[in-house]
Amino acid sequence: MYAYDELDRTIINERVEEFRDQVKRRLSGELTEDEFKMLRLQNGVYLQLHAYMFRVAIPYGTLSSEQLRRLAHVARKYDRGYGHFTTRQNIQFNWIKLAELPDALADLAEVGIHAMQTSGNNTRNVTSDQWAGVAPGEIEDPRIWSELLRQYTTLHPEFSFLPRKFKFAITASDHDRAAIKVHDIGLRLYKNEAGETGFEVLVGGGLGRTPFIGKTIKPFVHGHDLLSYVEAILRVYNQYGRRDNIYKARIKILVHELGIEKFAREVEEEWLQMRDSALAIDDSVIKDIRSRFTYPVYQKLPHMPDELKQAAHDPHFEAWRRNSVAPHKAPGYAIVTLSLKPVGGPPGDATADQMDAIADLADRYSFGEIRVGHEQNLALPHVARRDLPALWKALDRIGVATPNVNLVSDIIACPGLDYCSLANARSIPIAQELTRRFADHDTASLIGRLHINISGCINACGHHHVGHIGILGVEKNGEEFYQITIGGRADENAEVGTLIGPAVPYGDVADVIEDIVEAYLALRARPDELFVDTVKRLGVEPFKERVYATR
Amino acid sequence: MTSPLQQKIKITGPSVITANRTWDGIVIWRTTAKGWSADLSDAAIVRTADEARALLTESIADDVGAIGAYIAPVDLRDAGAIKPGNLREHIRSAGVTIDLPVPV
Repeated sequence: MYAYDELDRTIINERVEEFRDQVKRRLSGELTEDEFKMLRLQNGVYLQLHAYMFRVAIPYGTLSSEQLRRLAHVARKYDRGYGHFTTRQNIQFNWIKLAELPDALADLAEVGIHAMQTSGNNTRNVTSDQWAGVAPGEIEDPRIWSELLRQYTTLHPEFSFLPRKFKFAITASDHDRAAIKVHDIGLRLYKNEAGETGFEVLVGGGLGRTPFIGKTIKPFVHGHDLLSYVEAILRVYNQYGRRDNIYKARIKILVHELGIEKFAREVEEEWLQMRDSALAIDDSVIKDIRSRFTYPVYQKLPHMPDELKQAAHDPHFEAWRRNSVAPHKAPGYAIVTLSLKPVGGPPGDATADQMDAIADLADRYSFGEIRVGHEQNLALPHVARRDLPALWKALDRIGVATPNVNLVSDIIACPGLDYCSLANARSIPIAQELTRRFADHDTASLIGRLHINISGCINACGHHHVGHIGILGVEKNGEEFYQITIGGRADENAEVGTLIGPAVPYGDVADVIEDIVEAYLALRARPDELFVDTVKRLGVEPFKERVYATR
Repeated sequence: MTSPLQQKIKITGPSVITANRTWDGIVIWRTTAKGWSADLSDAAIVRTADEARALLTESIADDVGAIGAYIAPVDLRDAGAIKPGNLREHIRSAGVTIDLPVPV
């Protein structure tokens, strides 16, 4: 956990009072909606179909049990008793009243939570690997650098009125769980051949209307140059990024239009002017940030304790353990993913009661820490393996132990037309139906790793472009239709999926997905060839034939 | 963004003006009494572009009471009862099409 200092606490508290005054002036008519809109967006407040939506930041996906309890409190007191974890390590409340928002923000501020960087044309919540700091083989904890960027970019005047929103993601593992290649700036922490630690910097990735995979702009940037280098990128973007056309305003369009080489030259020129300025990071800065992260003191524990041996006789426990428990850097410990994808449930939703229960379990079994992943699941990052059987029983009781992590029913979905004012079609009911179709654990295990991502509109909050199977809702003559792509992926080998053919109506989507999965099972070269690898090997044609031959 | 009043108004059937109430965000409809109601059956019906523009102008003028006013189609074929004219408006009127995680 990172402990905010006095400066952070002051900023957060002052922000609450500032917003309280803005809301008061809005409700009295002193501020018009045109004047107020940008102010509310800067505090995470959107207007959706039924109500205001309040988006709260969970920087780099790390929460304390105290913070999770406070989110539960906000859900219960100001909303309808639940929250929705998003694809960018935020949580959204869907039914909040504007008049009560300042109080909700104040309650959150008491535990160091805020809504800055969750909306608007500024740098957004810096995201990272939900297993940061505990994943085996990680170079170092990427949250140190995430926090550096969070501090530097928060309220930075030059980054507060960018042409469009701007998203960072950071990983320090070989396997990218942070989807860095589909962010405006992706940072991969690694050791170079000389043994020095630094960043591969990618730029211009993004989804939405025009998806692009990020390109490497600089293969290695030392940590002490990180701020100056990303500032150089942002300055070039700020200077050349288009403000006349919202659809062409993201940095990915600028990088695409200039070409990565020219864009890189512009950045390099800018960077050389400021590289040795005050932006060069002193080791003491990093040391200070590192010192404010607290890490558990792990005990020496056996890898295979008696409790685990005994529980292995229970097939339900074993199914969960094999699916949801991952290796930890500390012997005798594990990372446990909590599935927020119950069969028939809305992906990523958690009730206030579940949040409170998870906070209690985090205190008991995970040093009071919880993580939020972009796949819309939670994780307990420091669980002693001897505690796994007891933890499983407790998680199962509250409905977050569905053994479907990374399987076909672990679906990423945006809120879609049930909530979102931008959506053209519903996402959640499609996801719910698919989880029912693939509810059988043995079948899902046979299928293996398969990510289905669903977006209710082209803005792609559900990351459909990079789903192994992507589903995009569109509207045709007042009816919901869905375009299907296959072969996308969001990891270190990120790719944008390929459209298989004409959009299909709402009622056919689940059947089509079943057809695609059945085709995969028939076509895969061997049982461990993943769906995306089969698509890579064969292309979309066999799947297209299967889907459209009889439609 | 272009104001709704600056956009060309074209309606193809009976329509209403809908918005969200400023203080709490709930869905509301403009009434014939120059007020707002949370019940669609209270909505004022317009049938021509000129009527729609007039009602929209009046609605937008109430910036304190409502935000985001726009013209929405309705269906009157069920014995004159006012029903939402498309799926989006149906969802705004009737609520989400799924069971909420915590029943209201």
